[in-house]
Amino acid sequence: MAKIKLTLNGELRTIDVEPNDILLDVLRDKLGMKSPKCGCERGDCGACSVLLNGKSVRSCLVFAIEVDGQEVVTLEGLSENGLTTLQKTFLEFNSFQCGFCAPGVIISATELINKNPNPSTEEIKEAISGNLCRCTGYQPIIDAMKHCTSNK
Amino acid sequence: MEEYKYIGQPIVRIDGLEKISGAAIYADDIDFGTNLLYAEVVESTEAHALIKSIDTSEAEKVLDVVKIFTGKDFPFKFGLYMKDRYIFAQDRVRFIGEQIAAVVARNPKAAKRAAKLVKIEYEKLPVLVNQMDSFKDPEILIHPELDEYTHVPWFFPKTKTNVAHWRKTRKGDTQKGFAEAYYILEDTYTVPRYAHCAIETHVAIAKYDLSGRLTVWASSQSPHTQKNLFAEALAPLGLTHKDVRVIAPHVGGGFGGKAGVTMEIIAAAISTKLKGFPVKMRWSREQEFYNTYQRLGVIAELKIGVTKEGKITALDHKLYWDAGAYVEYGANVVNAVGLSAIGPYRVPNISIDSICIYTNLPPCGAYRGFGYSEFLFGLESHMDRIAEKLNIDPIEIRKINAIREGDKTAYGADMNPNGLFEAIDKVVKEIEWDKKIVSENEDKVIAKGFALFWKAPAMPPNASSSAFLKFNEDGSINILVSAMDIGQGFLTVMAQIAAEILSVPVSKIRVENPDTDRNPYEWQTVASHITWSCGNAVKNAAINAREQILQIVARTLRLPKEDLYLDDEKVKCKTKQDFGLPLREFVVAGIQAEDGTFKGGPINSSGIFMPEFSSTNGDPETSQGGHPNVHYTVGAGALTLEIDKKTGKMKVLKVVEAIDCGKVINSSLAKGQVVGGLVQGLATVLYEDMRFDKNGKLLNPNFTDYKIPTALDIPEEIVPIFIEVEQPDGPFGARGMGEHTMLPAAPMVANAIYNALGIRLKSMPLTAEKVAMAILNNSK
Repeated sequence: MAKIKLTLNGELRTIDVEPNDILLDVLRDKLGMKSPKCGCERGDCGACSVLLNGKSVRSCLVFAIEVDGQEVVTLEGLSENGLTTLQKTFLEFNSFQCGFCAPGVIISATELINKNPNPSTEEIKEAISGNLCRCTGYQPIIDAMKHCTSNK
Repeated sequence: MEEYKYIGQPIVRIDGLEKISGAAIYADDIDFGTNLLYAEVVESTEAHALIKSIDTSEAEKVLDVVKIFTGKDFPFKFGLYMKDRYIFAQDRVRFIGEQIAAVVARNPKAAKRAAKLVKIEYEKLPVLVNQMDSFKDPEILIHPELDEYTHVPWFFPKTKTNVAHWRKTRKGDTQKGFAEAYYILEDTYTVPRYAHCAIETHVAIAKYDLSGRLTVWASSQSPHTQKNLFAEALAPLGLTHKDVRVIAPHVGGGFGGKAGVTMEIIAAAISTKLKGFPVKMRWSREQEFYNTYQRLGVIAELKIGVTKEGKITALDHKLYWDAGAYVEYGANVVNAVGLSAIGPYRVPNISIDSICIYTNLPPCGAYRGFGYSEFLFGLESHMDRIAEKLNIDPIEIRKINAIREGDKTAYGADMNPNGLFEAIDKVVKEIEWDKKIVSENEDKVIAKGFALFWKAPAMPPNASSSAFLKFNEDGSINILVSAMDIGQGFLTVMAQIAAEILSVPVSKIRVENPDTDRNPYEWQTVASHITWSCGNAVKNAAINAREQILQIVARTLRLPKEDLYLDDEKVKCKTKQDFGLPLREFVVAGIQAEDGTFKGGPINSSGIFMPEFSSTNGDPETSQGGHPNVHYTVGAGALTLEIDKKTGKMKVLKVVEAIDCGKVINSSLAKGQVVGGLVQGLATVLYEDMRFDKNGKLLNPNFTDYKIPTALDIPEEIVPIFIEVEQPDGPFGARGMGEHTMLPAAPMVANAIYNALGIRLKSMPLTAEKVAMAILNNSK
């Protein structure tokens, strides 16, 4: 066991982890953040995406011990001051169906908009192409993101 | 047409906020405290073998292992339509990945490690991986005890064969019909297996508490059916229905894969011997591929005769289904197709044989489309080929034969009201069928493809729905139902139906996923029947509540009941303009009479729906005489496909789908179904390609090797069109549409490929590789 410190959704947390503990499992089982989901355990589906120092990573491919001293944001942490414009638009557009991929998609979309407030459709597709969704056909997600960007 | 306030509106999903904020709880998200145990399954490495011995001694030594269970602990069968499965393999295994034992440990790592240490000794049996071998070979029986299995009365297993069910439909005289034909086309089409690929894998947590109460939390499409099957299978342990409870939180996609019962039975069973401890099972992505259900594969021999003018004279459709090692659910897919494999056409002379064959591959079951995608690939390819031969436009030949209201279905019942012709015309217009497009790039060719579709819900004749409705003090409403929101938007649609009847805004209505202890009976969330069936139950509950409301107001305030109506959360009176009693003032508290007493009380109501006209009493040899299907939803689709002649790579430039789902309840969610369903359908054609080795081992059970579309792979434009010919017995005229949206995908693409290249592909999937190889072979 090793003690690590991380800033999780704006709060400094300390936690004991085994060297081979996966970040996704630690976030869900030891830190109470249930929004990152487990869909494949091998980085294919993107449902476990979180922001690590502002960049999206698949938390199933990161050892918890690697995030010592760093900043992690999950979907729970995005709406601390109310829903973001992106979240509001996803809601208004009925962008998600079963919602299981939503935490990961919203993390990827947020990363893109933070970096590039006016992305092209291709850039939007590229940004969420690592997040698999079986329900929506992606179009209502892309439409919402386009709507957000053109509003700016 | 009636004006509606809530019906038809593009209302925001009532579970939307939960889902975009991270609040939504799925089965794996529930905390169970420090006593939670984890189960890992020991799987068969053989596709067909006798189990000689199971040695758990090394596994037992692993630290934190609590207990190991094998088939000896639970010699019980289960199954939805046919009880042909055991909770754990007994004396033999029938597919690679089948559960033989389960290791329960204090943590998942210990359970996984120990499961690998269980040693199984097998005596190999010959393996049947191809359904035609299995059909022809009575020497090797996958289920020697087939005769002993209990099943629904509309299944016909064939003794001493690998045929679990054979659905025959006969109408008219096919011999005469083919003799009259000017042209007969006969060919074989092959459709392989597919995987659902819900992003959430199956999860079940079971707890048998110290008082003997079994609760199962499951990612499920079928909580009440699961409760029923758990109680049935575990009855020998003394469990009764009232002791079994299923709680179904949000579910991360279903597509049929979470219908019925699969791995949940393992958690339920083993928990009964771990009294007081919750035990969790979560399928890995690999297990999700090979040990839930897969979509059935089929080899379809199709023969159609037509007159010179293009009118169908006879159809003979023989479908040989690869249903896998267990068919407790999948046999009903075969049954459904056996009743409907004429497509949406008038056919005077019909012979259908739909044959459910056991193989040593993973079990097959429900998958969005329930067999219709599979037979429509051949049928709608055939229609194009016949049209070309007769020099008739492919749209025209479909119009010549398209089914109309009142025409007879294959089993002799009347076809329901439908807008098939309107769907055809609207699709033709939107896709600009007559306009040819020439690619500017000489390596690329662009062509269009067209297809019709139809589908009926496949369900027992007594599949029913029910709803409870209760008012809160502020006039808001809770509705309790037991269908599942698997993403389609069911909860929102139920709220809209109640909102319309009671004139209460959707924002004041809460509908949530069920707990079978609290929520009333629902059969399953399958068959695209929930909007129709559960919608009727909710509508009936709302009408019942309205009746109570109007009655109490009439009685207490002495107003004529026939003049009272609900509007804007108030009771109003046609003859008394100034009267408007807000619901919130009395729906819980009652109404105070002049003498100070209170009348009425909390408004609670219930509603049910069962299709009392449905029957499976058709003749086993002909299927004539019953009314097995409640109605058909029909539609048309077309696409514009661009093909790179050098690589075979295809891009869908535009796809149009018109569907007659009766009255659209929520236009935004309905569009969502079309877009999502079409992309899923196109994926089965263009990308997904399941591979087994000769021993029956699945070679690509992951998203790296089994490709489902990403955001970069979707069509450039998708146009949903709704035809709204109302379903007479549907809530506000609605009928189902969830599954239908993916049905035309395969034949549209096959027809477009032919129109582009003159190459007819008859074996799915139609991947870039296959198209490139066909171009190469064609040029030789």
